[in-house]
Amino acid sequence: MMTALQLAQTGAGATFLQTLVKALALGSVYVLIALGFVIVFKATQVLNFAAGAIAMAGAMFMSILISDGGIPLLPFDNPLAPAEGEAASIPMWGVHVLIALVFAALFGLVLERVAIRPMVGQPLFAMAVVTLGIEVAVRPFNLDATALESRNLGVPWKAETWELAGAIVPKSYVAAVVLAAIGSTAVLLFFRSRLGVAMRAVAFDQEAAMAQGINVGRVFAIAWGLGAALAALGAITYGMAPFPPGGNVSQEIHPILAFRVLPVIVLGGLDSIAGAIVGGVMIASAEIFAGQYLSQYNDTLGSGYSTIVPYLVMLVVLVVRPFGIFGTPEIRRV
Amino acid sequence: MLEIANLEVVYNEVILVLRGLSLEVPDGKIVALLGSNGAGKTTTARAITGLLDVHEGKATKGSVTWKGEEISERIPAHIVQAGIAQVMEGRRIFAELTVDENLSCGAFTNRSNMSANYDRVMELFPRLKERNKQVAGYLSGGEQQMLAIGRALMAEPELLILDEPSLGLAPMLIEQIRNIIVDINKQGVSVLLIEQNAMMALSIADFGYVMESGKVVMDGPAQKLLNDEDVQEFYLGLHAEGERKSFRDVKHYKRRKRWLS
Ligand SMILES: Nc1ncnc2c1ncn2[C@@H]1O[C@H](COP(=O)(O)OP(=O)(O)OP(=O)(O)O)[C@@H](O)[C@H]1O
Ligand SMILES: [Mg+2]
Repeated sequence: MMTALQLAQTGAGATFLQTLVKALALGSVYVLIALGFVIVFKATQVLNFAAGAIAMAGAMFMSILISDGGIPLLPFDNPLAPAEGEAASIPMWGVHVLIALVFAALFGLVLERVAIRPMVGQPLFAMAVVTLGIEVAVRPFNLDATALESRNLGVPWKAETWELAGAIVPKSYVAAVVLAAIGSTAVLLFFRSRLGVAMRAVAFDQEAAMAQGINVGRVFAIAWGLGAALAALGAITYGMAPFPPGGNVSQEIHPILAFRVLPVIVLGGLDSIAGAIVGGVMIASAEIFAGQYLSQYNDTLGSGYSTIVPYLVMLVVLVVRPFGIFGTPEIRRV
Repeated sequence: MLEIANLEVVYNEVILVLRGLSLEVPDGKIVALLGSNGAGKTTTARAITGLLDVHEGKATKGSVTWKGEEISERIPAHIVQAGIAQVMEGRRIFAELTVDENLSCGAFTNRSNMSANYDRVMELFPRLKERNKQVAGYLSGGEQQMLAIGRALMAEPELLILDEPSLGLAPMLIEQIRNIIVDINKQGVSVLLIEQNAMMALSIADFGYVMESGKVVMDGPAQKLLNDEDVQEFYLGLHAEGERKSFRDVKHYKRRKRWLS
């Protein structure tokens, strides 16, 4: 991570560039997790407070696959895992990310089936409480697995950096932006597909969708599966050095995933894909730029102030636009 | 053939809405189901298409059979697959989706013939063809009704249920929709036409039912109903001045101005 001291030695332009890249990278993490949340909300109207726990479980899956050479939830070895002490090639690492996402999606499907489906028809508030319950139930497993040591995600480029016009650009930051771009594009394409169109139809008018023969239960399940996979991709992205926990999944990551994304979602407007993307980048920018350029006021503001910036931005925006930037006004009835 | 026998439907476990309804829609025919507000017409449509559940409704007695099989316990998707599609009351198009996307939703259970069905719908509704990439919410009322019908046809149904397709449309558009229903029927689709506009419905139907408070109170060939004095008076507004016939529960008929037009 860049310290203020290191940055002081670089020029103003380079500092700006470095800060910008960092903001985009963190924004990418937020975008991915927010997208997962938005898909679930859009299809099912359920506020998924378990998004953070699910995201972290996804990163755990990745770690089990690549560092332990195991297969999540199953007593088998992972035949694709790199040899002990060696790093995976970039394509191989990508394959592992994909497998981890599949596991996360299955995990999402199971959660939907076990905890959400039986609640269909109950008040949305009750559903939201159930997701909080999932969060509370899944977290100890995550923490249990990470309490002793932080777990590695076997990122091939570790903490390597590039130099660009005097600015130091970590490869992971670029990778984060690439992953978020892939994730967002996949979501946008999905919503043009047959299933995605059906999901939007269900979101708009559930009964009319049923009358067309769309199986609403299946659409809900798919939303949970996709949402879990996106959240997992967000957490994996955040587990790459030099994001704060330093290329590892550890318990520090959890509250960040669970709560820091909340302003993004509220700001973007709960049900908007575009909102998740713009909101994610905006909140991360506010956070990172405030952290960089207000650091001389550390004495007055206190050193942790940048982490509350997202909430401040959220408050200010909500005063002006109560439904978020892209949100639909009806959403508030929830 | 669709057969409903002695059907009872209860909402919220207490509100009895259908009280022993019986009707049938023979293959290839147009059957009109008439009745005033709250008679239970939409409830009947829901009972056939598996949508009672959404409204906390339940069929407590009687049966709904389609091609000889009981369907009242089936989920909506299976009923659509079995060949029954519905144009819901109030159109219920997906306003945020484009015309094409709406049609794609209608084809959800029937992907294999999608392009042929799409062409057929576009032939019936050239207006939709011009607007196929447009967001459906911006269509006019008449175009939305056409889209709702087209969407239902994408499932390639053998029975099409239309719930008040003339509602809120100008006379010329009603005429157009009427002709389209005839065309659809000529292509071999049976039609259950739910209407308050009795004149429109009976003019194209083979057979008609009049329902009131959840029961059929009169039925017969469409021509006979059209000539029936009671129907004329209460549904077509053709009563002689000063002379009021007493028909069952006259006060229940909340007349709408458009019956007179
Ligand atoms: N979801 C529901 N819960 C409780 N009662 C209902 C529900 N839906 C309809 N009803 C009642 O059932 C009765 C019949 O309603 P239905 O909608 O079937 O009538 P309709 O003949 O379609 O009337 P309209 O011509 O106004 O559309 C009405 O008294 C209505 O209040
Ligand atoms: Mg009705």
